[in-house]
Amino acid sequence: MIRASTPRTRRHKTTLRPEPAVGVSVPKRDGADKVTGRAIYVDDLKFPGMLHGRTVRSTVARGIIRRIEFDPAFDWSGVVIADYKDIPGENCVAHLTEDQPLLAGREIEHADQAILLLAHADPERAEAALGAVRVDVESLDAVLSIEDSLAARVKVHGEDNVFKEYNIARGDLAAGFAAAAVVVEGVYRCGHQEQLYLENNGMIGERTAAGGIVVRGSMQCPYFVHHALQRMFGLPPEKIRVIQTVTGGGFGGKEDYPSVIAGHAALLAWKSGRPVKLVYDRLEDIASTTKRHPALIRVRTGHSRDGTLVATDVDVVMDGGAYVTLSPRVLSRGALHAGGAYRCPNVRIRARAVATNTPPNGAFRGFGAPQTVYAIESHMDRVAAELGLDPLDLRLRNAVVRGDQTPTGQILRESVSAVEVLDRTAKRVGWTEKRRRFERENAAAERAERAGRFAPGGRRLRRGIGLALGWHGASFTGSGEVRLASVAALELSPEGRPRVMAASAEIGQGAITVFTQMVAERLGVAPDLVLVETPDTDRVPDSGPTVASRTTMVVGGLLEDCARGLRERLELFAERAIEGGADFQRVARRFLDQRGPLRVERGYRKPPWIEWNDDTYQGDAYPCFSYGAIAVEVEVDLDTGEVRVLKATTAQDIGKAIHPLLCTGQIEGGTLQGLGWALLEEVRWKDGRIWNHQLTNYIIPTSMDAPPFDVVLVENPFPGGPFGAKGVGELPMDLPAGAVVAAIAHATGARVDEIPITPERLLRALDGREETR
Amino acid sequence: MSAGLALDFTVNGKRRRVRVPPMKRLLDVLREDCGLTGTKEGCGEGECGACTVLMDGVPVNSCLVPAVQAAGVKIVTVEGLAKGPALSVLQRAFVERGGTQCGSCTPGILVTAHALLQRAKGRVPGDAEVREALAGNLCRCTGYQMIVNAVRAAARETQASARKRAARAAKPGARAKVKSARTKAKPAKTKVKTRTKAPRGRKQAGR
Repeated sequence: MIRASTPRTRRHKTTLRPEPAVGVSVPKRDGADKVTGRAIYVDDLKFPGMLHGRTVRSTVARGIIRRIEFDPAFDWSGVVIADYKDIPGENCVAHLTEDQPLLAGREIEHADQAILLLAHADPERAEAALGAVRVDVESLDAVLSIEDSLAARVKVHGEDNVFKEYNIARGDLAAGFAAAAVVVEGVYRCGHQEQLYLENNGMIGERTAAGGIVVRGSMQCPYFVHHALQRMFGLPPEKIRVIQTVTGGGFGGKEDYPSVIAGHAALLAWKSGRPVKLVYDRLEDIASTTKRHPALIRVRTGHSRDGTLVATDVDVVMDGGAYVTLSPRVLSRGALHAGGAYRCPNVRIRARAVATNTPPNGAFRGFGAPQTVYAIESHMDRVAAELGLDPLDLRLRNAVVRGDQTPTGQILRESVSAVEVLDRTAKRVGWTEKRRRFERENAAAERAERAGRFAPGGRRLRRGIGLALGWHGASFTGSGEVRLASVAALELSPEGRPRVMAASAEIGQGAITVFTQMVAERLGVAPDLVLVETPDTDRVPDSGPTVASRTTMVVGGLLEDCARGLRERLELFAERAIEGGADFQRVARRFLDQRGPLRVERGYRKPPWIEWNDDTYQGDAYPCFSYGAIAVEVEVDLDTGEVRVLKATTAQDIGKAIHPLLCTGQIEGGTLQGLGWALLEEVRWKDGRIWNHQLTNYIIPTSMDAPPFDVVLVENPFPGGPFGAKGVGELPMDLPAGAVVAAIAHATGARVDEIPITPERLLRALDGREETR
Repeated sequence: MSAGLALDFTVNGKRRRVRVPPMKRLLDVLREDCGLTGTKEGCGEGECGACTVLMDGVPVNSCLVPAVQAAGVKIVTVEGLAKGPALSVLQRAFVERGGTQCGSCTPGILVTAHALLQRAKGRVPGDAEVREALAGNLCRCTGYQMIVNAVRAAARETQASARKRAARAAKPGARAKVKSARTKAKPAKTKVKTRTKAPRGRKQAGR
């Protein structure tokens, strides 16, 4: 029975040969706290003398600040005010580059940009003070779309508004197209998407007596925040402490933005000398934090008569927003996935991220790959339709197999499962039979309607099934992991229990549970013996950010190594093998008594077979890819344009499911986010501001919108990952959109080239009218 | 600040008196004045359901309820779902079946599901029924399927143990449903039987 209290040493004392810990769905480590309300999130914390912070933001997209007025009729007593001049260090949020200011000085580059910070002991007074500040801004022409940015009539970044460009080339593109029997072209668009973690962004900043800073809050990457605060405050690393509180979801939305809000909370604390809580409400969170990059993607492919790909030309443009932030990396991943999991001898991929006067776009599950995978998969369905081929056969003919090369020249050596995931998805869903059945039924419905016989309620419904194949490179791109140089450690607690020391954040995905399993397996103990330290930069080493589907594979791999090392040390000390948890603890306690503390640390070492060139963008972009295929079944109402997802069937190869239930949870949750992106979620803009920054009108799927999921976990081990594991977090997000487009086309014959496929867009497509924006 | 309304109500079985402005959100009264931070705010406008609590057994969005409406009401929050240190059947099902990931929606979902199971009175609600009951509670992590599975598994487990108790209490063959046994036209026999066996059955169940 799972107790509500945190598990302490018990039960496993008698276990001599522990059950395997890996591959088993043990109780989620943080589960009991979360179902009882005991888990403490940032907004649940209170400190003596704490103030509540608020942020004055720009209402225009671009302009020059002329004057800031404070209403003299307002009672300003007890209000702390901070602006850019109060920043002790540099006014920048240090990331890849340093162009984003912590607070606007003179120039406004996007709506809802932070200008001024206020704090008061009473949150209602702080809120009232917001209304008593007037910022006088001289408005300038703003760039608000990809098209405007490319036209560069108004220049907001350099001469061409381009933040970053990548070019990937392989083979001879012109010769490829010349040899093609058929050339198919398509243009695909996708808009912003809000991560919509249920817990809004929030931080509490404190100034310490020793002149340092402590920040607590909701985040994925404690060391990103740590790094950014050093620059803002001009403090050495040891004077800054960042502690992750229980984090209510992230999905990338708490990758880079927490550095901004941490800087704001810390600045108010620095100025007031009191703890300051800065927690956004939903409106502010949606309006001002990062989103998925919108993209405009042109795909042109050449095929031989049987569908074989002979040339692929992809042009990707992503909207980076007002500052560089993470855009180059998002763009890079988008470009590297743009060809799809297909073999093609002649490829050109051009990718650009451009500047607009909108809040910076950032990380969101998939990190650029969902956009390009959506485009290539929509395109492959179009190709199948134009060539009169079954979309499954077209994909099977072109899907990468072992030994194939990617556009960057990476030879796929291990754990290559594109064909297997396609086969297993198709078999599971009964692809061919179901496709034919829907076609028969749709034809029958149409005949009946023409004859004046309508279904109950007069609804004209059509059903369709669509397929998509995707891949996702696990861990950082190219040389990224080398630059990160992650470190993780295992140490012995005073009671002789192993304790995981890593900066990886539990954000709901199950990172800490999986860590305990992998460590337990190597130590030969039960997972609940293993402790996990809270990510706190004073306590844990920098094991890199909790992003890029890297936590299990990379940090888990380091911890597996640490566990091997720890066991070896203790067995050498004991001069015998350790058998089970009780024995482990006995030996560990003796070690602590006689030798003192024990800590085993491991740092990332690049496997010698990974070769990557940042200049030519050639080589091994990722240690390996995870592969997935999905079949989505939909029902379309021809009169209302509504689409109901009936079922999603997916097979995903993740190497090894360390915790099958959590892996399935990642796949189901990621798939639903993908379905939401494809059908419901649309950020609407007016003059550069988001006007649907509410849950009332930014629509995410409910339990009634979510289809049943049929998930097949494929385990084709990757020898470079712990226990064969590859990444699982992001792949599920890459797949659904392309399959939804295809399913709707199958159901109705209408092909919609912009997502989300809202009823309005679908009705326009059904009417055969030209898509207008 | 202390100017306000003296408010008496019951939270998780305990009587409380707080002094708050009458229009203060019940959500904030629970979190700030009662120290019960298990109830979360997700949107502040009654869309996400993270702040769901029971008022006299009915699930409400506590971000939309002014304190004054809670006078004399029995409130249940996520902190009140478990009796003692052990998790409730529903809570345990969520942990075992992947019903909670980031945990932000979990308190509200548990409260809504708890109310559903109370209404179902031992019946196992169907998939669609659970989805409909939870339609006012947004979850961004799970895709909902594991939540639905957990709710139904908890209902099945509760039903199974109720049946076991009833079977132990009654003679084999008289495995009448608790409800029908109570409402049967000829209850005398059953009642007698129940009475004679009840003490033993109850004890065993208690252990």
